[in-house]
Amino acid sequence: MANEVQPLNLHTKSWSVKIILAIFSILMLILVVGPLVWLAVHAFATEWKFPSYKPTGLTLEWFRKVFEVQALKEAMKSSFIISPIVVLVSAVICLPAAYASARYNYWGRRTFLIMMFSANAFPKIGLFATIATLYYFLNLMGTIVGVIIVQVLGTIIYMTWIPAAAFASVPKNLEEAARDAGASKFRVFRTITLRMAMPGILVAMVMSFIYAFDEAQGTFLVGAPNIYTMPTAMYAIVETYPIQVTAVFSILLTIPSVLLIGLARKHIIGGQLAEGFQIK
Amino acid sequence: MSQQNEIGLELKGLSKVLGGRVIIDNLDLQVKKGEMVSLLGPSGCGKTTTLRMIAGFLIPDNGTVTLAGKDVTTIGPEKRPSAMVFQNYALWPHMTVFKNVAYPLKVRKVNKAEIEKRVHDVLGVVNLMHHKDSRPAQISGGEQQRVALARALVQEPDILLLDEPLSNLDAKLRVKVREDIRDLQRRLGITTVIVTHDQDEALSISDRIAVMKEGKIEQFSTPEDIYNKPATEYVANFIGSLNRYEGSYSNGQISTGSDVVGVRPEDVTFDSKNSAGAVEATVSLVVPRGHFHEVYLKRSDVEIRAFISTDIPAVGAKGYAKIHKALIYRNGKLASVE
Repeated sequence: MANEVQPLNLHTKSWSVKIILAIFSILMLILVVGPLVWLAVHAFATEWKFPSYKPTGLTLEWFRKVFEVQALKEAMKSSFIISPIVVLVSAVICLPAAYASARYNYWGRRTFLIMMFSANAFPKIGLFATIATLYYFLNLMGTIVGVIIVQVLGTIIYMTWIPAAAFASVPKNLEEAARDAGASKFRVFRTITLRMAMPGILVAMVMSFIYAFDEAQGTFLVGAPNIYTMPTAMYAIVETYPIQVTAVFSILLTIPSVLLIGLARKHIIGGQLAEGFQIK
Repeated sequence: MSQQNEIGLELKGLSKVLGGRVIIDNLDLQVKKGEMVSLLGPSGCGKTTTLRMIAGFLIPDNGTVTLAGKDVTTIGPEKRPSAMVFQNYALWPHMTVFKNVAYPLKVRKVNKAEIEKRVHDVLGVVNLMHHKDSRPAQISGGEQQRVALARALVQEPDILLLDEPLSNLDAKLRVKVREDIRDLQRRLGITTVIVTHDQDEALSISDRIAVMKEGKIEQFSTPEDIYNKPATEYVANFIGSLNRYEGSYSNGQISTGSDVVGVRPEDVTFDSKNSAGAVEATVSLVVPRGHFHEVYLKRSDVEIRAFISTDIPAVGAKGYAKIHKALIYRNGKLASVE
């Protein structure tokens, strides 16, 4: 049995290997979590400047301040209104396109899919500047609709490619079996195709939300000075408020993304994709 | 039985062109109610295409499909009184076994209590009650196959369609599931069409077999007929093993001629004593094949293979080889059996 390949089993590894793995894990942890800890400490610190290695005191003052300033409250409100709308609009536009690309081999299908990249292939600032000119003409400058359009542009790539792959990975004979069982085409789509592609669609939605929530360049160019979202308000904060307020704001910006990824994780890792169900 | 002569399925003048190639060419088939019929042929002969036209996934270019007396040629699979078991079972991975089997009933808006009852009944029939809350990924291939069968049977279809139902099972299981399917089909008296490329499967499971070649049916008859009196040279070659000679046959000997002579290896005997019609022969090769041996014999007229299960001769042994039965083909068609 000497030739048999042993599966990697950490429980039987020697102590030295365990220690090296532990050291690497800790380094990884410092690298990933370190900046977040630094941010968190700043959010609660009265002051923390270079020579001292601990903050002078802890306070919730900065949180109070963020929720006190009218402009910041407005920015938070717009962010939480605009981002979900962007995700929905993007889904309504892109999911049918994704389904079509996965199931029908129409003329120019590849070109269409590649073109989805074009908005992300070039420096965005140039695209946004051009859009701004168009917006002046269409009276969209400084409007919510204008901001939504700009943000939807960036999410298209996620909302077509990922769901297209998800739709394509649903075996056709699972749909046929449902038709054979008596289900109408729409019912097959709802109960089989969409249901099985859901993990991929959820990933696309989470990524689109994070993108929209974080989008600053286009939003600033098109929305300012009428509309500020959390990231564009950040520009003003950095200039006018102490660093602690920025830290608080950063944490607030992070919360939705972390929550969403946490929720999606249950569906993606706990769902049927992880069961390793093999379909030929 | 009164249903003996009722027609369960009728295909008339069926044709289908796919990708510029004629897949099905003017095909006729009549299956009696309660009968089990195999479509047998090599890959690419059109058997799966035929099945898909019966199920409604393909619409024929020409011809009609009649199920249980109803013309269904152009209506969709969801409205046909047929149920199909797919080659790879096509179970829905996001549903439990129970929900997979309940789906056809749910779609038909059967009430909850009755769904519960019918699903339990059919899971009992395929012996899977203990797995009703498992996901398809958690059960074995044989069990998945039974779930697929249960999902078809729960619909109480007029006709059951099986697409290579055993090809994904290992050899031992295949024989068992084959018998289970046959037993179930007999008990329920359900008209069944089974697509297979496996002749053993077709011979052991079917009431009648339709041997297909290039989109046409070569012979449609009972397994005994197909094996003992293959109507064409193609069928003779496809079913069972065959010694094939170009020549003519008379008095146990093969001589030059324009016919084709086919001899099944089990119709050849080898004996140390001479008898009428036997020809002197030498054993040139012996291959063990399990319950019999394949023995290559060199005769003065031809070389011939024989399947022998007792008194296996050694290589080099001399004796007499006798042909007990020969199939004579003229222009590819069976002319006589001698």
